[in-house]
Amino acid sequence: MATARVIITLKKTIMDAQGQTVEKALHNLGYTGVSNLRIGKYVEMTVEGRDQERVEEMCRKLLANPIIEDFRIELEE
Amino acid sequence: MTATAGKLRFGIVVFPGSNCEADTWHAIHDEMDAPVEYVWHEETNLDGYDCVILPGGFSYGDYLRTGAVARFSPVMGAVQEFAAKGGLVLGICNGFQILLEAGLLPGAMLRNAGQKFVCRYLHVRVETTDTPFTREMTKGAVLRIPIAHGEGNYYADPDMLAEMKEHDQIVFRYCTAEGESTPEANPNGSLDNIAGVCNRDRNVLGMMPHPERCTDPILGSADGRLVWESLLEVSRGDS
Repeated sequence: MATARVIITLKKTIMDAQGQTVEKALHNLGYTGVSNLRIGKYVEMTVEGRDQERVEEMCRKLLANPIIEDFRIELEE
Repeated sequence: MTATAGKLRFGIVVFPGSNCEADTWHAIHDEMDAPVEYVWHEETNLDGYDCVILPGGFSYGDYLRTGAVARFSPVMGAVQEFAAKGGLVLGICNGFQILLEAGLLPGAMLRNAGQKFVCRYLHVRVETTDTPFTREMTKGAVLRIPIAHGEGNYYADPDMLAEMKEHDQIVFRYCTAEGESTPEANPNGSLDNIAGVCNRDRNVLGMMPHPERCTDPILGSADGRLVWESLLEVSRGDS
């Protein structure tokens, strides 16, 4: 058994309106020096075997939309 | 085209979480007097239909991304085949989102730029009448039609957009009452004010506005009738 963690974010080229709003809220709270805030999704699952390619396939097919999103996979025993 | 004598036979796909199927039924059955049936999402056979509609709603709770789970429903394999054979497919709102996720239409949906669910009447301009869904309209005409969505911010990368423009695939754009596509007339941040697109074969249309909700002046507008009248014109024999 392995744990797969997938982090999905909007592509850098796509404006993240939610991220911008939250960044502005942090500025309003007085947190200066905060920039490039991006909001994404986090998926965690238990998978049989440490098969990176299989998880990548899941990401391409369902977990992420390659037109608008990038994904990053962390796999650990 | 599937030009047949008599009226087009419509099928409205119902997913868990669809909520505009009854309005769509009303528009087709009561307003247009055309034959229509509901098609449960587990159905895998679409024989006997000329036009399949994916209605609005929140299929599978919009979990993960809008349309992302519905796109793998059993019926969607049949919809892919149906579209490939030239069958007419209309996706309205959530149906449009499902068609994008399924790759039947180019592009993707992002959350509304304003972060809010927007539910109101607005105006769209007819950009092409060269589709079975808009043939009864006039190019450049302004329709008054309602939207109701939280994720209608249409996105396509620059190559996709160029290809769509080259092949006249942009069908509706958000505009002012006077027909101008201004940033103020754009309710959700959609690229290029895009409200509806079709595929290259022109038999699949996705649109965010709801033509089933404005088929009678008592509802605020009857402009939605033009979509159904265009479709029914198809069955009057010309191909």
